[in-house]
Amino acid sequence: MLSTATSPGKGSTPPPPEKSKARAVAPRLDLHHVSLFAVLAVLALVGGLTKPDEFLSTDNLQLILTQASVIGVVTVGVTFVIIGGGIDLSVGAIVALASVWATTVATQEYGLAGMLFCSLVVGLGCGLVNGVLVAYGPMVPFIATLAMLASARGLAEQLSDGKTQVVTVEPVLDLGLPDSYVLGVPPLVMIFAVVGAVGWLVLNRTTFGRRTVAVGGNPEASRLAGIAVKRQRLLLYLLSGLCCGIAAFMLIVLTGSGQNTNGNLYELDAIAAAIIGGTLLSGGRGTITGSVLGVLVFTTITNLFALNNLQSDVQQIAKGAIIVAAVLVQKGRTSP
Amino acid sequence: MAPLLTMTGITKTFPGVRALDGVDLEVAPGEVHCLLGQNGAGKSTLIKVLAGAHQPDEGEIRWQGEAVRLGTPIAAMRLGIATIYQELDLVEHLSVTENVFLGHEVASRGFIRTRDAQKRTAALLARLGHPEIDPGTLVGTLPAAGQQIVSMARALSHEVRLIVMDEPSAALDPDEVDNLFRIVEDLTADGVAVVYISHRLEEIRRIGDRVSVLKDGRVAAGGLPAKETDTGKVVALMTGRDIQYVFPERPAATAEPTAGAADDVPQPVLRAEGLAREGEFEPLDLELRPGEIVGLAGLVGSGRSEILETVFGARRPSAGRVVVDGKPLRPGSVLSAVRAGIGLAPEERKSQALLLLESVTRNVSVSSLPRFSRGGWLDRTAERGAAHAATRDLSLSPDDPDRPVRTFSGGNQQKVVLARWLLRDCRVLLLDEPTRGVDVGARSELYALIRRLADEGKAVLLVSSEVPEVLGLADRVLVLREGRVVHTAPARELDEHRVLDLVMEGTP
Repeated sequence: MLSTATSPGKGSTPPPPEKSKARAVAPRLDLHHVSLFAVLAVLALVGGLTKPDEFLSTDNLQLILTQASVIGVVTVGVTFVIIGGGIDLSVGAIVALASVWATTVATQEYGLAGMLFCSLVVGLGCGLVNGVLVAYGPMVPFIATLAMLASARGLAEQLSDGKTQVVTVEPVLDLGLPDSYVLGVPPLVMIFAVVGAVGWLVLNRTTFGRRTVAVGGNPEASRLAGIAVKRQRLLLYLLSGLCCGIAAFMLIVLTGSGQNTNGNLYELDAIAAAIIGGTLLSGGRGTITGSVLGVLVFTTITNLFALNNLQSDVQQIAKGAIIVAAVLVQKGRTSP
Repeated sequence: MAPLLTMTGITKTFPGVRALDGVDLEVAPGEVHCLLGQNGAGKSTLIKVLAGAHQPDEGEIRWQGEAVRLGTPIAAMRLGIATIYQELDLVEHLSVTENVFLGHEVASRGFIRTRDAQKRTAALLARLGHPEIDPGTLVGTLPAAGQQIVSMARALSHEVRLIVMDEPSAALDPDEVDNLFRIVEDLTADGVAVVYISHRLEEIRRIGDRVSVLKDGRVAAGGLPAKETDTGKVVALMTGRDIQYVFPERPAATAEPTAGAADDVPQPVLRAEGLAREGEFEPLDLELRPGEIVGLAGLVGSGRSEILETVFGARRPSAGRVVVDGKPLRPGSVLSAVRAGIGLAPEERKSQALLLLESVTRNVSVSSLPRFSRGGWLDRTAERGAAHAATRDLSLSPDDPDRPVRTFSGGNQQKVVLARWLLRDCRVLLLDEPTRGVDVGARSELYALIRRLADEGKAVLLVSSEVPEVLGLADRVLVLREGRVVHTAPARELDEHRVLDLVMEGTP
């Protein structure tokens, strides 16, 4: 067998910059995550300096985490879809529909379990429709989920007649009260933690996660490697729908009601959080840790602006700037 | 006459491959300068440099005696260099006119003057001998020959001094080829130079003035008279090489399949029975035995890759079936083929086989994930260990299972693809251009590897446009021309000239 020493191209493989990048990816400590932590630290510092008493109070920290939890759960599902090479624009609408359906008078008769079950089934059902359209239609994910966005939101309005449906089931409402906090941690935050942890495990430790990355990174290669690409796509939208169902229930607990305007623009927040967390919109690369950090950054900014009485327009501008900055930083790191 | 274009010492390196190595080319005004060379000789890279699509690493380009830099396709177009690519670069959803004037629309104050553009397009089409093409038709609805005319009209819509044509006759019928030649003659009569690339030697004899032969990124011969040079000499220039590939020895048993159908000839593991795809290849019967390498030789477009992909289920056959161990595969199902133990190393390694951002381990294990999982949970230690063992067995270099696969050279990336199928214990390997993009020095190693896999009992179906590769490696060779097997023979009964004669034998 010839030694590779005779290969004339050897000198050019591997180029030094790629080598250093390879080294940066291999260890668990991702540079991108470190920079997101740094951003969070800076935000905390700003909060501590501008509103020392309010920002660092237990109440406020609980509030930030609770607010992050609902959109966080949605973001975990969206992250999977994007890593798998798709997009889900319908998450906000699914949250709205599930929250309305689970709070109808009829559903509330079945108590907490009935409402939770209803939320999850509605979420899964919408995810199933998305998945079938995208995988077997086949439809462009943008279009299929855009259609779901419109119809789910419309159905939610029809079901609720545009009215806020107040929850009367005590056990559900109790979950939102400080009495239910365990060691100061609200139940909603615990749900987010569990969803995040399970999401991380599924992405990094299961065949499902591995196939998600493969299908998003190179669908043709995945097909020729013998992966059932269509089935994988279907499952990804189901997963996203399930996350929306969970988030809908959390939102019911948080607001004590269900309404068709719930989850407005969640799709944008979730996609933005995933992107600043390092997920490639073209698929094939992304992390749950990054997405969770992305959600925390956004929620903290919102909180800071609210504490300092800044208008929401300034908030939106800041969010936009952060998205651009995060993507530019990523581009510098991952462009081949 | 002063040359129109002079290229000197053009060198272009891609990761792992030196595509052009000091190429010189001189083109005079009004001449038809033919470029010949086997696949991978560097023709495509050279014309991309000329079109401003690739930047040479070294070398000088002079245009009418002045040094120029072709930094962008626009820069090349401004000088009057137009390129008609083999894979046509037209926008299917736009009309003929819109395609012809794409990028330099006929407009005043930003508004497109549709009628003027239509008129000028119609004039160009008439000049090209196709007045019947309606300038308003969508390009996507035209047949291949019509699209080629549109592409040529686009070239002529510029002030053009030099037209590069990459295998323009490949998709054309004989009378269309005649029309093409008439156009070429008209152009050269006006002083326009044509760089003409073709595999068909008799075409070059008909319209060429001079011939340059490329081989392994170098000029084997420049500016030979096209009409007087002997065919044998041209073929010898194309095929003769400085680097002698070292092909492994064939084991005696499989090299003599005629030994009276002895008992020790193993049963075929895979049979294709009347397998066909309409418009791509005609019904084909094929048997693959363990330990045997069968080669498919043919030009681009002869149906080689299509056959491989159909056997693999990536394309659905229009007739016939594939049988593995007596059981037919589900037609058009890759999963069914993979489960039956077939593996494909596709032609376009980067886009069809690899997850470039991912590590070697993940690329190797992707087809065998269930083996390392219990209830969906991956045993990553076992996965990495098995993948590492598979790549080490193929002497992957560098031997690092955690390295992203995009940082490897072409030959080593191919080993990663092979390791994927070995890990899955596949019994039939379909190799489509296994040495494409693999630098010359590393090829012999791959050849030895492929032979070793056959010796270990794999059945190999090999496609290559490099005839010596097929002849050197395969036990049995099927020669393809235009989707039809025109000859089958043991490799040792064929030589390169014979095969080239068979695959290039004139227009149909």
